[in-house]
Amino acid sequence: MEQHITIDGVIVPFKPGETIMQAASAANIYIPHLCHHPEFKPHGSCKLCTVNVNGRNCSACTFPAEFGQQVLNQTDELNKLRLRIIQMLFVEGNHLCPACEKSGNCKLQATAYQLGMLDSHFPHFYKAHEVDSSHPDLMLDRNRCIFCTLCVRASRDVDGKEIFEISGRGINKHLVVNSPSGKLHDSGMEMDDRAADICPTGALLVKRQGFSVPIGKRTFDNHEISEDLDEQ
Amino acid sequence: MNIETVVNSLIQAHGAKATQLLQILNGLQAQFHHIPEDAITLVAEQLRISPAHIVSLIEFYSFLSITPRGDYEILISDSITDRMIGNRDIIDQLCNRLGVEQGVLRDDGRVSINTTSCTGMCDQGPAGLINGLTITQLTSDRIDEIIKLIEASVPLERWPEHLFAVSDNVQQRGLLLENDYTKGDAIRATFERGREKTLDELTSSALRGRGGAGFKTAMKWHFCHESYTTGDTDGDLGLICDSPSNHVTADCDRIVVCNADEGEPGTFKDRLLLTTHAHQLIEGMTVCAAIIGSCKGYIYLRGEYRYLLDALEAMLAERREQNLLGDNILGEQFHFDVEIRLGAGAYICGEESALIESLEGNRGIPRNRPPFPVTNGYLNKPTVVNNVETFVCAAAIAEKGGSWFAQYGTEQSTGSKLLSVSGDCARPGIYEFTFGISVHEILDRCGADLDLLGIQVGGPSGTFITADEFERKIAFEDLATGGSFIIFNSSRNLFDIVQNFTHFFSHESCGFCTPCRVGTTLLTRQFDKIHAGHGSAGDLVELEEIGKIIQAASHCGLGQTAANPILTTLARLPNLYHMQLKQIGFEPGFDLDSSLDTARRLTARDDLDAHLKQREQ
Repeated sequence: MEQHITIDGVIVPFKPGETIMQAASAANIYIPHLCHHPEFKPHGSCKLCTVNVNGRNCSACTFPAEFGQQVLNQTDELNKLRLRIIQMLFVEGNHLCPACEKSGNCKLQATAYQLGMLDSHFPHFYKAHEVDSSHPDLMLDRNRCIFCTLCVRASRDVDGKEIFEISGRGINKHLVVNSPSGKLHDSGMEMDDRAADICPTGALLVKRQGFSVPIGKRTFDNHEISEDLDEQ
Repeated sequence: MNIETVVNSLIQAHGAKATQLLQILNGLQAQFHHIPEDAITLVAEQLRISPAHIVSLIEFYSFLSITPRGDYEILISDSITDRMIGNRDIIDQLCNRLGVEQGVLRDDGRVSINTTSCTGMCDQGPAGLINGLTITQLTSDRIDEIIKLIEASVPLERWPEHLFAVSDNVQQRGLLLENDYTKGDAIRATFERGREKTLDELTSSALRGRGGAGFKTAMKWHFCHESYTTGDTDGDLGLICDSPSNHVTADCDRIVVCNADEGEPGTFKDRLLLTTHAHQLIEGMTVCAAIIGSCKGYIYLRGEYRYLLDALEAMLAERREQNLLGDNILGEQFHFDVEIRLGAGAYICGEESALIESLEGNRGIPRNRPPFPVTNGYLNKPTVVNNVETFVCAAAIAEKGGSWFAQYGTEQSTGSKLLSVSGDCARPGIYEFTFGISVHEILDRCGADLDLLGIQVGGPSGTFITADEFERKIAFEDLATGGSFIIFNSSRNLFDIVQNFTHFFSHESCGFCTPCRVGTTLLTRQFDKIHAGHGSAGDLVELEEIGKIIQAASHCGLGQTAANPILTTLARLPNLYHMQLKQIGFEPGFDLDSSLDTARRLTARDDLDAHLKQREQ
């Protein structure tokens, strides 16, 4: 017998071992997320995919689907919670969308639009973050890092290089580069590494490509992130 | 001393395994008072891990540092009870007399002074740590003595013993602390009765975990045993590991872990058990190992209790000698040994999956669950993690039986609970009460005045209660507590208390998930704004909202309870909060006049005209 869960009352089948996120994606149901990427082991840190499973909040990207689960996804309460969480990411970093070359292709920006974010709500931290432009082909702007660890995972699990690591504790958490200088240029990172184009925001960018697609014709310029699950 | 020699000897002592990384770094910090860059390179090479991974640990654990700290590294406990008895004066005295600024290394590299989270000495504070060793009852006289020793460069080994004396401070004994006990009795009883029957006794005792969450211990052990990956081929699921256990090797199938990371501010009862009841603790772990089929145990000892390490190692050696640990324990086909691993100043490692990460030599980041440790724990092996007190209870139950234990306490909370009582009372210390005792009775026993602001039960992550709740009972079904019980009299300022707790959580947040990492920082800022007298009615609404977001969306118990100090006091004492507000509709998030401080310093002016007008009004 086929196993299924319900998401907002809709019956969604799943295979044993799948997470709620995987089952939802297969059924073309959008659950907001940033640190989740279907090619990588789930991480569960951004908490945008918080759903309510049988009365309890869980991260859809890590929580295993189990027969009989009643999952709430698109509720006002959850979307308000997600809005506040994404606003937290905006005030923690320094995200200057109009000046960022990732604008329109940025999942942070697109998800914020999708959640109806019109302001940052919380006071900004305005914390100084190190920018590393030492690499000839790549640029690392920590102002835009949201700690999704996709670059950490891609470099370690696909490229076999372990170039990135998360260091620090609490609000002092930061992304470090594993190289003698602590900068990208002597890290062994190359522009065709999987890690180079995995960043959902504009924190890790390939140089000289930022405007090859004009603003207005970028991925999320013409549709919401929730409408195109293939882009995720 | 030569860095390479130290690195080599540490790696030799601990083994060249990545799981030993934190232990090696602890050793380096003790030797050099920071982790030198060359040491990072050497350790990375020998353990075949990335230097960035090592840096990530150093920057995670409070007791490790990249930049040098003093030859005398002084940390003063900043728990609320230490504050109430003047730890600030102690810090000022130290800083002034030693000519050092808090958090800044003295020019000659000899001294550094900073604060640290609760050191588990709330009954004998102000307390602190010098080079990791506990010092208590820091009166002005004792500080004078310490200052003289430091300025005369007397090595710590030659400091007078009384400075390091820690009092047990047992105020009341109950079934656990009074228990007559002969070494090996619990293990003997387990084998005489049979292991399966002993698990039945544990089930009938209805023992629940003493760390706070209260999960049924027998069920945890049963789940861990059930997740057997080898053996059990006869399909008899009821069989409890009557096959011989493995020899003590790294291939051990199951792991027993004792959580001795007693970090909840105001808790210090495990300190006593680790001092006077360590044999019962190991016995409880050994019984657990026999039942679940494990041959390897770990004690994760909080870094703050480093002073207990030597005595604990000696106790383990004694047990090995007496055939109570090691191969063929008491002549049975049963092998089990215990290793102690030291933490390094991270409250989050008290969370069981973060503790396991730390045991593995990683940053203490709580794991995604499921899977739970009982199936995928240390090195992905089925693992039982229990609190110190839980194992001591288990040893007593293995010896005396489940019904002996279950006759005490309430139906849902059997047995007794050790409480760490501190704050405003005549007799702070450790009390053992049977479950179901009322708050009122506790206050009576410890000699507390009844004119109280309130009591923090279960530490900052627990609940703040006020006078109309003093008939409530200590029990899982009413006031659950890991053991912290802090009393505040009516002269205490509620906002100082809540501020201390709220900053504690933000300092200890591991930073893994957004709501806790960013949320606890937002919460401290919002609270500080109100505390400083700049809050409006809207700020209070916002404060509560931030708290509820953190509670609803955080990854683990730390975040889910980080707003408790605010939410539980706001619910009980709303008037105090309202009185703290400015009587206007809106207040900016910053104080404009104090923002002009820099301008005043630059212009060397501090006259009335250099201040904004509203300041004067």
